[in-house]
Amino acid sequence: MINVDKIREDFPILNRKVNGKPLIYFDNAATSQTPQQVIDVIVDYYSNYNANIHRGVHTLSQEATDLYEGARLKIQKHFNAKHNYEIILTSGTTHGINLVASSFSSLLEKGDEVLVSALEHHSNIVPWQMLCERTGATLKVIPMNEQGELIMSDYEALLSQKTKLVFVNHISNALGTINPIKKIIEMAHEVGAAVLVDGAQSCPHIKPDVQDLDVDFYVVGAHKMCGPTGVGLLYGKEEWLNKLPPYQGGGEMIDQVTFEKTTYAGLPHKFEAGTPNICGGIAFGAAVDYLNGIGFDAIASYEHELLDYATQQLLDIEGLKIYGTAKEKTSVISFNIQGIHPYDIGTILDKMGIAVRTGHHCAQPIMDFYKIPGTVRASFAFYNTKQEIDALVEGVKTAKMMLS
Amino acid sequence: MTITEIQNEIIEEFSMFDDWQERYQYMIDLGKTLPLISSEYKTDDNIITGCQSKVWVHANMNNDKVEFTADSDAIITKGIIAILIRVFSNQHPKDIIEGNTEFIDTIGLKEHLSPTRANGLVSMIKQIKMYALAYQTQLN
Repeated sequence: MINVDKIREDFPILNRKVNGKPLIYFDNAATSQTPQQVIDVIVDYYSNYNANIHRGVHTLSQEATDLYEGARLKIQKHFNAKHNYEIILTSGTTHGINLVASSFSSLLEKGDEVLVSALEHHSNIVPWQMLCERTGATLKVIPMNEQGELIMSDYEALLSQKTKLVFVNHISNALGTINPIKKIIEMAHEVGAAVLVDGAQSCPHIKPDVQDLDVDFYVVGAHKMCGPTGVGLLYGKEEWLNKLPPYQGGGEMIDQVTFEKTTYAGLPHKFEAGTPNICGGIAFGAAVDYLNGIGFDAIASYEHELLDYATQQLLDIEGLKIYGTAKEKTSVISFNIQGIHPYDIGTILDKMGIAVRTGHHCAQPIMDFYKIPGTVRASFAFYNTKQEIDALVEGVKTAKMMLS
Repeated sequence: MTITEIQNEIIEEFSMFDDWQERYQYMIDLGKTLPLISSEYKTDDNIITGCQSKVWVHANMNNDKVEFTADSDAIITKGIIAILIRVFSNQHPKDIIEGNTEFIDTIGLKEHLSPTRANGLVSMIKQIKMYALAYQTQLN
């Protein structure tokens, strides 16, 4: 069970006012808020431990290294990776995707095919288009239906011996659809293709078990799960990480360097060139601890309650249409009101202190599918309340009245 | 009326309102008075792409004065455009180039002209000034 009043005390930002009204934060799918427990870790790091890691013999550097590597272990445990060196700390989801897309170039050739789902964020489309341009491989799209679900029979038909890679998000950022990734991975593996799952939207809601999923690559950004921006995770299976060449050159990622030849460090350092976001990594670990302290089952069940409540209340508004009505979906509601531009609704809601996202949500192909310029997206987290949803519904009604 | 006189007139109109909702309602109503761009000019060439709402602007010269017509697919954006066009349309190019938009701050709509706001209005003001500059060059 979630004690939401108590949880809200952990988030100082929820006390602030916006445009004279108490902040109601429903843009959680863009970034989640940060609890005091994580903020404290950031302050503590810079107050007591700030040093460069992995190479200093002095105490401060050793302590900072222990904290950073300790965070890696927490993250490994959370995602249930087999080895700690399969946890590559990145600057975020986009970085993880680009790392794999860039390094995979050497393994693809003309005639190979890569599949991407119709539900993807631009960051899980563009790097693969660039990869295909470099290698001559072909990008094919797994289509979706009107409800915003991937059409599995079409996916099956697209798979062949030519398929080398499949990219799919665990949960769609624009619609909230939860994709059947275990099945998707299993089917890809039958033809020998690797699968990268974009977990940016799933990580705040569910606890993925990368071994159980048998996923080849899984990418996450810490700021979606109560951690700071600028740090994230690329999980890769050991065998794949060994096959891929390094992405960036620099300090940390080398074994021996001469002007004739450089040998690379082992995992995970091969993919972690340069001084990492040390404080961010440690805070990422703290965020994982924080969420596990609340418990993912409790989070999922409470957020589902919020989703059902908000869906019912919003659908009572005449002319309101919800995009993305998959059977399996998370606490994201993308909607429009007939004849009203989403930007206008977002602007009016902002005047009432309600933060929602408007626009195409970096998923233009989905907007094109529905033939709309964008939507209003309200995304809920475990620290939101039904009272806040009531305020949203009232706000949408007011906006409709003013804008019609 | 000069640009400054029109701006003062608008400031006075907005001073009647007590809260944001009334100001916004008035701005939305003003949007309905916007001299609409004719469909032949509502082309991709005349589009100013903000990230989220589209804005179209067209200008022509009449008796040494620049006339603007415009449109937007978002109502609030359209309201702000109507205010800007009321200020800058039918003015000499030189006055448009020299004119400022600080009155928007005074009437409590400052946030709409923030460069970080994805509505295309900052680009629209630039475009209005570019038109004026082009016509000023012709006059010289």
